[in-house]
Amino acid sequence: MDSETTKAPEQPAGDADSPWRRVQLARHPGRPHSLDYIERLVKEFQELHGDRFFGDDPAIVGGFGLLEGRPVMVVAQQKGRSTKQKLHRNFGMPKPEGYRKALRLMKLAEKFSRPVIALLDTPGAYPGIDAEERGQAEAIAVNLREMTRLKVPLVSVVIGEGGSGGALALGVGNRVLMLENAIYSVISPESCAAIIYRDAGLAEKAASALRLTAADLLHLQLVDEIVPEPAGGAQNDYDQAAALLRDALVRSLDSFAAASPADLVEQRYDKFRRMGSYFTDS
Amino acid sequence: MAWFTRDKPSVSTQRGGRTVKTEGLWEKCPGCSQILWRKTLEENGEVCPKCGYHFKIDAFARLKLLLDGEWVEHDKGLRSTDPLEFFDAQPYKQRLANMESRTKLPDAAVSVTGTLNRRKVNVCALELKFIGGSMGCVVGEKITRAIERSLAEKTPLVIVSASGGARMQEGAVSLMQMAKITAGLMRLDEAGIPFVSVLTDPTTGGVTASFAMLGDLNIAEPGALIGFAGPRVIEQTIRQKLPEGFQRSEFLLEHGFLDAVVKRSELKSFISRALDFFAGPVT
Ligand SMILES: [Zn+2]
Repeated sequence: MDSETTKAPEQPAGDADSPWRRVQLARHPGRPHSLDYIERLVKEFQELHGDRFFGDDPAIVGGFGLLEGRPVMVVAQQKGRSTKQKLHRNFGMPKPEGYRKALRLMKLAEKFSRPVIALLDTPGAYPGIDAEERGQAEAIAVNLREMTRLKVPLVSVVIGEGGSGGALALGVGNRVLMLENAIYSVISPESCAAIIYRDAGLAEKAASALRLTAADLLHLQLVDEIVPEPAGGAQNDYDQAAALLRDALVRSLDSFAAASPADLVEQRYDKFRRMGSYFTDS
Repeated sequence: MAWFTRDKPSVSTQRGGRTVKTEGLWEKCPGCSQILWRKTLEENGEVCPKCGYHFKIDAFARLKLLLDGEWVEHDKGLRSTDPLEFFDAQPYKQRLANMESRTKLPDAAVSVTGTLNRRKVNVCALELKFIGGSMGCVVGEKITRAIERSLAEKTPLVIVSASGGARMQEGAVSLMQMAKITAGLMRLDEAGIPFVSVLTDPTTGGVTASFAMLGDLNIAEPGALIGFAGPRVIEQTIRQKLPEGFQRSEFLLEHGFLDAVVKRSELKSFISRALDFFAGPVT
């Protein structure tokens, strides 16, 4: 585990509800990362490594344990806090072997009828030579397809940064939750600003245009539920943030207790099939 | 993913391989720098007769190349609602209207049913000229409906990609089209209905990271840029120049992500033989 205690974090400036403040909170250096939640929520967590093909990607953590007595498999994107940890975790940017490890563990859970919890927190999939050589796009694509036919409940939670396809590669859940100050977007506000205003400094403006807050995603019917955070943000109280997440996870998992494997696949299909916003011009 | 998507395809300008037909009678080949007669190029399927460089072609030219003749177009009326009410240099709704008047297409995908060497097929072709072939909810819905049509009719599906990825202007709604389409492809896979993915220059971002890499066959035209992240983003991240040929079709073939690199002139017969193998000869 590489969770480290944090100093009293300063609060980001700005209107409490502004999208830019959410972006800052989602990326806050003191914000709890996946392992901080796992440590608090998953008893007897046993980490499992490797994709069985190439290697073990530290930007994705996986393993099994007990959530309130329920056996669960957890797959999670993991950022680092210290400089050393950030480098070790590649700033939370997974490589293909990370996605393939996550899929291997999801399939393992499926084989033994255990539900899967996925925690999403990444600026995006790693854009590097080695990642491209090993098929970053293929790894994400295969995860998307295989998640849609997973015969056990999959609950995905955006706990911090939901960075585009790199985050979605763990995100095709029967239920998708978002923490109150998490963001989920197709492009980072900085990259968006660089394209539309030719100035990455205008990220604040782009953050509003992109509609990337939890409230936006709920309104767009792309996520199912917003998980509340402690006052001022999850960085202020890890234990309370974890307790709030525990409640939402337990409720989500229990809602699928009676669902058959076929029901789960169909429910997941229908949920994503509805996403889109179009009309027919005759 | 459109984490890296640009509004316009960045590659064409870099390599000078403009798809937009100039009014001129000749064109310089980005592959060999030869000056080519436009007419010669047209007669050769927009492929350089000297070096084999594949110029970009539009969605309808693609359909003509693959199908026997007539086809029925589907879902022509689908339009985006502009779910984000997005505004950049201009309101997104205005951008869509401008694109429609320029390209005569309502969005970046054309979906048809036709015959390929007498076999009924559903074909979706992406149009690069329409906001970089980017995938928003109209592209997502059209392709998903084509998948459903293939499922219902047990008809093989061919998708020809040319796209910078998910469409920024539709935000997370675009992103979720990746999941929606792949969910459909899962059903097609379970039903054992063939899906051939054709990757053309360029195919990147959320399109590569969803349906384009999930064909029963993934085949690409020579020299196409194919990847997850765009080359410029990678260069900025690693702070070094990318090796020659990186993320081109031949590179992907070498690394095991393509079944074959197929010349444009052989694409139709390749797909035809593959479908014969998968589904039996046309009776
Ligand atoms: Zn040439």
